[in-house]
Parts: sequence; structure tokens; C-alpha cells
Amino acid sequence: MAEERRVLIDPLIDDNPVMLQVLGICSALAVTTSLLPALIMCIAMTSVAAMSGATISILRNRIPNNIRIIVQITIIASFVIVVDQILKAYAFETSKQLSVFVGLIITNCIILGRAEAFAMSNGPGMSFLDGIGNGLGYSVVLISVAILRELFGAGSLLGVQILPLASNGGWYEANGLMLLPPSAFFIIGLLIWAVRSARPQQVEKPEYQIHEVHRTEVI
Amino acid sequence: MPDEKKNFSRDSISNTLVVAIGVSLVCSVLVSAAAVVLRPAQERNQAEFRQRIVLEVAGLYDPGADIAAQFDRIDAHLVDLETGEYVEDIDPESFDAEAATNDPKLSVVVPAEYDIANLRRRTIYAPVYLVTDGDRIEQIILPVHGAGLWSTMRGFLAVEVDGNTIRGLRFYEHAETPGLGDQIDNESWLSQFPGKLLFDAAGEPRFEVVRGKAQPGPNAVHQVDGMSGATLTGNGVSNLIQYWSGPHGFGPYLNRITDKANGDG
Repeated sequence: MAEERRVLIDPLIDDNPVMLQVLGICSALAVTTSLLPALIMCIAMTSVAAMSGATISILRNRIPNNIRIIVQITIIASFVIVVDQILKAYAFETSKQLSVFVGLIITNCIILGRAEAFAMSNGPGMSFLDGIGNGLGYSVVLISVAILRELFGAGSLLGVQILPLASNGGWYEANGLMLLPPSAFFIIGLLIWAVRSARPQQVEKPEYQIHEVHRTEVI
Repeated sequence: MPDEKKNFSRDSISNTLVVAIGVSLVCSVLVSAAAVVLRPAQERNQAEFRQRIVLEVAGLYDPGADIAAQFDRIDAHLVDLETGEYVEDIDPESFDAEAATNDPKLSVVVPAEYDIANLRRRTIYAPVYLVTDGDRIEQIILPVHGAGLWSTMRGFLAVEVDGNTIRGLRFYEHAETPGLGDQIDNESWLSQFPGKLLFDAAGEPRFEVVRGKAQPGPNAVHQVDGMSGATLTGNGVSNLIQYWSGPHGFGPYLNRITDKANGDG
């Protein structure tokens, strides 16, 4: 049981795919201007990660090595198309806002990364949990970023006005930068900083060290 | 089955083929099944979305209320584009314009000299939506489409009863460049349209999206500012409005309605 828990819980903070491995950043910038599309995106991403992980794991002993990436992508792409179709049928408004980004889950490095690194060498049950865990890890970041951006950029959460806007007679002057993509970079950067300050073991060793060089040594 | 496992090589050519073909087959069945099963729900959403755009372009949309109920205020008619007369024997709601475009009985080739919007074929009938107040027609909403930079842009154009003054324009389907051409959905860009005139004094379609800013002058009543970085999308919008207001589009219908309005007035 401990193993299952580890696979499910670790990706939330300790081994977060976005904050530690810095994967899946592009969609984290694009769909986090407001909370609702971010939530739908998280559900889509988590279900694709779980289902593709389990499917690839079932086939892992049959998939030939030389075409394994193509097979993984085919399976992932099929699930993404199914999810996209479901969204178009039952969450039409949000699917219009998410536009191409649901389709781009196919190229999300987190999903292919987990398929290659985990599902190809673990059982279907564990791979399913690993997909859920990593999907939730991605969701933690996406939802925090979306909450900050929608709250400070538009003064609302899920479309409900929290901070009354100055343009509507309230006191809050909306921060337009929050609605632009760069703000997601700043917020993710700050999140990574916060997590690595709390968990110093996540800090990587610097690749280059500056040494003090004395003149005589150079000659 | 340990024996089988020993002889089984997953990198053999036969296994590669079996896995490749098997995975493709299963995945394609899954994808097409999802597309077929979910199509009715998606089409319902599309139809509702189109009705919402009709309401929005008419300035009647109330986000809180049921769309179908709001749409009851609007009369749909099917127009024979060549004569401008109403076609009474076909229900406008059941007329599927996109399917009819490819039906030789229901569509005609657009002659090259008229085909500024790059349509190639158009249906012989088209729906129009009338917003009425009692017996009086308040505004006329025309479906318009034409080539943009990447694909066909489809939308609705609302016109006053004079058949000349634009009330609004709104698109429900396009694939223009995100951030540049997709400004055609931008409220502040669209807010330039109301009040502009489709025709000049001689009755020629003159409306255009100019490159850069519209300059004051005799043509200013026909012009709106372009979108920076999206000149071709802007040209597409000019062309589709000129085509659909012109003699091969809704021109005959607009003339008929206007004459009637003038005659009654």
C-alpha cells in the first residue's frame, strides 16, 4: 500500500512534474487566465495521463522497442481526441476557450514522459495511479496559477466577482499584466522558488562553479 | 505459458506489424466511435451557439435566459437568393446550408466575376432572421460567409430595414490567426460596424475594412479600421460583406424588402 501512496502523493509536491521537472509549461501559460478552463484542462490532462498510462502498461511486454514511441503517441492521441470530443459535446463554452490546447495534450511532455519512464516498466494498476498522481501534480500548479491570475487580473474567481473592480465602481484596480502570458512565467518561477526554499533537497547543484583564479596560476 | 514467452520476440518483424496494425485499428475504432456517438450533442451545441450569435448580433441576447425561448422572438424565413422571394414550402430550421452547398440541385456555381469572397458554390436558398415588433420588421439578420486567411469565416450581419445601414456583425466560426486575425471576435473592433452603410448612392456595395485607420471623407460611412497584422483577414471580411450584400448575394432580397418598407411607409 505504501508504494501506491508514494506513486500517487509524491508528484504533488516532492516530485512535481511542473515545478521539479519543469515539464508541461506551455499549457500552464496558455490556459490559466481564468480558473474554469484551467480546471477543465486539469481534468482532461489527468484522465488522459491515467488512461494512457494504464493502456501502455498493459501492452508494455508486446510493444516492440523500435516503434514504442509511435505506439505510445498513437494511444495518447486517441485518448486526447476522445476527451476533446466529450468536451465539445458537454462543455462547449469551455472547449471553445481551451481551443487547441486540449489537442496539444498529445504533445505534453508530462504524459509521454510518464509513459516512457513509468508505464513501460510497471504494472497497469500502478501506471494508472502514476498517471493520476502526475495529473494532480500538474493540476496543483495550474490551479494555483489560475487562482492568482483570475483573482488579481480580473478580480473574480470562476467568474464570480470577489474584488469589486474600480471600472465598475469598486476599489480594486485590475492588474492587466496578470491576464497576459508572462505573468504565468513569473508565478511559476515564484512557486518553484517557494517550494525549493521549503524543500532544499530539490535545489540542483550549479552546473558551473566560479573559482577564484590567481594570476600566477594562469601563467 | 512460460514456453511461449521464451520463443516470443517482441522485436521481431511479425510482432512489430501485429502491434502497429492492432493498435492503429483499435485506436481508430475508439476515435470514430466517440465522434459518432457524441455528434448529436455537439451539433445541438453548435446550433444553440449559432442562435446565440444571432441574438447577440441583434443586440437581444440575455445571458441569464434560455436561448431557445429568446429565439422565439425571431422569425426565420428561407429566401430564394436569385429572386429575393421567400420560399414557403421548406422549413428554414431544417434547411442544412452546409450540406446543400455540395448538392448540385440546391446550389449553383458562383460566376468568377462575382466570386470576390472565394466561395466557388453557394446554395440557391439561404435563411434570413427577422426581428419584428408586431407587424413591423425591426432588423434583418443575414448569414454571411467567405474565405478568410486560413479557412471559411461564418457569421451573421444585422441590417436595418432600410437594407443599407449595418446594425452589427459577428462571427461564429473561423480559424484566423490567434492574436491577429481572431480580433474579428473582438468587441471593440466589432463596435465600429453599427451605423456604417453597405451601399453608395448608386446602389453599389461599397463596404470595406481598410488597411490601417479609416480616413474621414466621403467614403468614411462605408469604412471601418483594419486590424494590425491581419490585413488579409480584413480583406476577407470586406469581400464577404460586399459579396453577400451584392447582386449575387442578398441584393435582390434587400431590394425587395426595402421597396416594400418604402411602399408601406
